[in-house]
Amino acid sequence: MKFIHYLEKISGVSIFGITAFLLFSIFFLGVLVWAAKADKKMIDEISHLPLD
Amino acid sequence: MQLEKFHYDNRIVKWFAFATILWGVVGMLVGLWASISMFYPAANLNFAPTTFGRMRPLHTNAVIFAFVGNGIFTGVYYSLQRLCKARMFSDVLSKIHFWGWQLIIVSAAVTLLAGFTTGKEYAELEWPIDIAITLVWVVFGINMFGTIIKRRESHIYVAIWFYIATWVTVAMLHIVNSFEYPISLFKSYSFYAGVQDALVQWWYGHNAVAFFLTTPYLGLMYYFLPKAANRPVYSYRLSIIHFWALIFLYIWAGPHHLLYTALPDWAQSLGVVFSIMLIAPSWGGMLNGLFTLRGAWDKVREEPILKFLVVAITCYGMATFEGPMLSLKNVNAIAHFTDWIVAHVHIGALGWNGFLTFGVMYWLFPRMWNTKLYSKKLADTHFWIGTIGIILYAIPLYWAGFTQSMMWKQFTEEGQLKFQFLETVTHIIPMYITRSIGGSLYLIGVFVMVYNLAKTVACGSFIANEAAEAPALPKVVVTHGKEYWHRWIERRPMQMLLFSFIVVALGGAIEFVPTFLVKSNVPTISSVKPYTPLELHGRDIYIREGCYTCHSQMIRPFRDEVSRYGEYSKAGEFVYDHPFQWGSKRTGPDLAREGNKYPDSWHYNHFLDPQSMSPGSIMPSYVWLYDDKLDTTKTPKMINAMRALGVPYEEGFDKVANADLFEQAGKIKKNLKDNKIDVASDDEVVALIAYMQRLGKDISVQAVK
Repeated sequence: MKFIHYLEKISGVSIFGITAFLLFSIFFLGVLVWAAKADKKMIDEISHLPLD
Repeated sequence: MQLEKFHYDNRIVKWFAFATILWGVVGMLVGLWASISMFYPAANLNFAPTTFGRMRPLHTNAVIFAFVGNGIFTGVYYSLQRLCKARMFSDVLSKIHFWGWQLIIVSAAVTLLAGFTTGKEYAELEWPIDIAITLVWVVFGINMFGTIIKRRESHIYVAIWFYIATWVTVAMLHIVNSFEYPISLFKSYSFYAGVQDALVQWWYGHNAVAFFLTTPYLGLMYYFLPKAANRPVYSYRLSIIHFWALIFLYIWAGPHHLLYTALPDWAQSLGVVFSIMLIAPSWGGMLNGLFTLRGAWDKVREEPILKFLVVAITCYGMATFEGPMLSLKNVNAIAHFTDWIVAHVHIGALGWNGFLTFGVMYWLFPRMWNTKLYSKKLADTHFWIGTIGIILYAIPLYWAGFTQSMMWKQFTEEGQLKFQFLETVTHIIPMYITRSIGGSLYLIGVFVMVYNLAKTVACGSFIANEAAEAPALPKVVVTHGKEYWHRWIERRPMQMLLFSFIVVALGGAIEFVPTFLVKSNVPTISSVKPYTPLELHGRDIYIREGCYTCHSQMIRPFRDEVSRYGEYSKAGEFVYDHPFQWGSKRTGPDLAREGNKYPDSWHYNHFLDPQSMSPGSIMPSYVWLYDDKLDTTKTPKMINAMRALGVPYEEGFDKVANADLFEQAGKIKKNLKDNKIDVASDDEVVALIAYMQRLGKDISVQAVK
C-alpha cells in the first residue's frame, strides 16, 4: 500500500501537461463545431422545454 | 396522440425545501457563532464542542452538505420531474434518500462536535458516515436515472446534464478522497500521506466547490431562470459549450490551492493554466444567464425572485473571475492563508448559492401551495438586507486579508520582520467584528424569508400530487436536419453518464499518476523518521481539536516566511503524515517548525490560557486536555495501521510502543516538574506538547538522497 517509489522515474513529465492541453483543445473544438452546426429547430425546441 | 395522465410528486420537494431552510438557519448560526469567537474568544465557552476548531468544520459541512445539499435535491426533484414529464422513478427511494440524507446530517453534526474527524477539510466525516453518504448517493442516482429513463420527453434538457455530471463526479471525488484505514468506529487514517494526500484532498476540495456548489446550481439556474423570467435561455448552443468546457476544465484546477507548497512544480503550473482557462466557460454561463433577461429588465425591478437570481448570477461571475486571478502565483502569494480567501468563498456561498436558493424557494412555495407569495414587500426587504449583509461581510475581509498579508511581508530597514504575528492579528479585529455584523444581517434576512414563506404556506393549500399529462415517448424519434455525433449522447442518459465520467476522470488521472508513481516527485529525506507513539497520540489530538483550521504547517519559500518560521517546507518531510496537516488559513502562525521554539512549560501554560503567554491572542483555551487521559490501549492499533499504510515501524514495535510512549512522556513530565508544573504522564496535554516539540525538527541536519 505504499504509494511512493513504484517507478524510479518517468522521462519527460512535461508530456502530461502537453497531453492535457491537446486533449482539451480537441475536445473543445469538437463541441464547438457541433454546437455551431446543430439544427436550429431542434435547439429552439429544447430551449423551450422548461416553459412547457 | 394518446395523452398519458400522471402526477408530479410535490411532497418530496416540500420535505427537501423545509430541510434546506432548517439546515440553512442552523449552518449560518454556527458560522456566526464561530465568527464571533474570532474577536471574542470567550465565545468558545472553554468547552470542547464549542471551540472554533470544531465549530468551523460543523459550519462548513452544514452549509455545504446540509443547506446547499438539500437545496440541490429540492431543485432537482422539482425540475427533473417536469423536464422528463414523469413522476420520480420511485417514491420509496425518494423517501430513503430524504431520510438517509437528514440522518447523515445529524450524525455529522454530533460526531464533528464530539471531535471525530479525519482532519481533511470539507471531508471531515469519519468512515461510517462516508459509507452512508455513498449508499444514499447511489439511491439518489438510481432514482434520478430511473426517472430519466422512463421520461416522456425525448430530449434531455441541459439542466439534467448538469445533474448527471454532478452525480457521477461527486461519487468519484467522494470515494477517492475517502480512502481511509479505520482503527475504531470513529477513527481512521487517510490512505494517502503528505504531498499525495494534499493533492488528492485539494482535487476533492476544489471540485466539491465545482460539482456540489456549482454544477447542480447551474442546472437549477438553467431551469428556474427561464421559468421566473418566462422566456427561454439566451443561447442554448452556448449552454452546451458551457457544460462540456466547464466540467472538463474544472477537474484540473485543484493544485491552485497548493501554490508555492511542496507539491511538484509542474503540477502547480498545470493547475494554474486550467484555472485561467476556466474563466471562459464560467463567464459564458454567467452571460447566458444575464442575457436571458435582455429586454425584460423592467420585470427585474418588480419581481424579487428575479432580483435574487440576478445577484446570484452576478456573484457567480465575480467569484469565477476572482478564482482564476487568485490562482495566479503572484496574487496567490498575497492572498493564500488570509481572510481574502474566506471573503472569496462567501461571495460564492452567500451570493451564488444562498441567493439562488432563496429565489428558488420564493418561486416554489406559492406554486406548490397554489397561492400567491404572502408579501412581495417582505421578499424585497429580505433581498436588500441580504445584499447589504454580503457587502458588509466581504469587504472587511478583503481588507483584512490584504492588510494582514502586507504586514506579514514587511521588513524594517535593518532587515528584521517589522511585525510580530500577533500584531497582524489584533490589527484586523475591527474587520472581524464588521464581518459578523454583515453575517448577522444576512441571517436576519433569512428569518424574514422564513416568516414570509410560513405565511404563504398558511394561506395556501398544498398540492401533494400535481396532475399532468403528456404523450408517451415515441419509439422512433423525429429528428430535424442531419444527425450529429452529439445526438448519440444528448438523448441517452447512460451515454451522457459515461461520457461525463470520462471527461472528469481524465484530469484527475493525469495529475495523480506522476505524483504517485514518480519517485523524483517526492524526494525522500533520510533524516525524516516516523512519529513516536506519544507524538502520534498528540497528532490525533491536534486533528481532533481542528488545529488545522487556524494553523498551517507549510512554510512557503518566501523571504518573510523563512525569516519568521524557518527553513521552507520540503515534500520529503511529510511522507509519514496520514493525513497531511498543511492547513489553508493562518488565523494563528504557521507551526511547521514549531519544535524546540518554546520550552515545554510555555506550551503547557499556553494551551491552558493562551492570553497569559500571548496577551491579545484570540486562541481558545483547551482546559480539558489537563483532565482527559490518553487511551493507550489504542497505541498498538495506531502503530499497526500506520505500518499498513507504509510507515516503516519495525516488526513488533506495536508491542513495545506503550513503553516508548511512557518513557518519552516521563521526560516531558520531568521538564515540567523542573518548572514547578505537575502532570501525569498520560495527560492529553503531554502528548500534544510532544507533537508540538517534534514539528519540523527532522531536517535540522538535512540529507536529501
